[in-house]
Amino acid sequence: MTVTLRYFAWVREKVGRGEETVELPAAVGTVAELIGWLKARGDNYAAAFERDTIIRAALDMQHVKPSASIAGAREIAFFPPVTGG
Amino acid sequence: MAVRVQTEPFDLAHEVATLKAGRTDLGAIVTFTGTVRDGSGGKRLAAMTLEHYAGMTEAELARVEAEARARWPLQGCTIVHRYGRLVPGDDIVLVVTASAHREAAFKAAEFLMDYLKTSAPFWKREEFSDGGAGWVEAKAGDEAAAEKWATKAPGTT
Repeated sequence: MTVTLRYFAWVREKVGRGEETVELPAAVGTVAELIGWLKARGDNYAAAFERDTIIRAALDMQHVKPSASIAGAREIAFFPPVTGG
Repeated sequence: MAVRVQTEPFDLAHEVATLKAGRTDLGAIVTFTGTVRDGSGGKRLAAMTLEHYAGMTEAELARVEAEARARWPLQGCTIVHRYGRLVPGDDIVLVVTASAHREAAFKAAEFLMDYLKTSAPFWKREEFSDGGAGWVEAKAGDEAAAEKWATKAPGTT
């Protein structure tokens, strides 16, 4: 499955890019599994997702929980808890 | 209804006038303006840069606005949120709510701010006068403020 990944705020800074397109193995079925897969890709990803329990995710611009299935998603975003307002 | 995300400043009086134009059925208009505050943790703030997730931001603001309209009898609602680099004293966010009576307008404005602070994808990065910088951490109190609305049945005021 080909998907666009987006990173924001300090997740973006630690990964070192704001966006990339990746080909995911079939074994990656949930947001939590995707985070695990990313952490194994390199030190920058491991650092970005070190505090994985506080990182938020969105599938096609909708907030989701770590247990959410990523099947069919076109764009998956990772970011810290929001601080607008 | 109106939701906007922009770098430019907004004009409170203009936004209220736009919402009121040609209407005589509004009995109450509440506005909330959030501004950049200096003095975070005792350090002098030089600037604050807001990053956001274009597309999702507009969708989330529209979602929280629809939620407010489902809970209270609103006759008008405007949300304007700025992004980019701002300095202390600059406006960040504007919420305007209009209803026949004040209670719905007050409650909806508070709800919109509590909800957008925990769901709209904005992130603040602070630059201090001493050269330091860092991302603002989310406050546990903001989550609690948003969650208090979840315990109330829709329509309850």
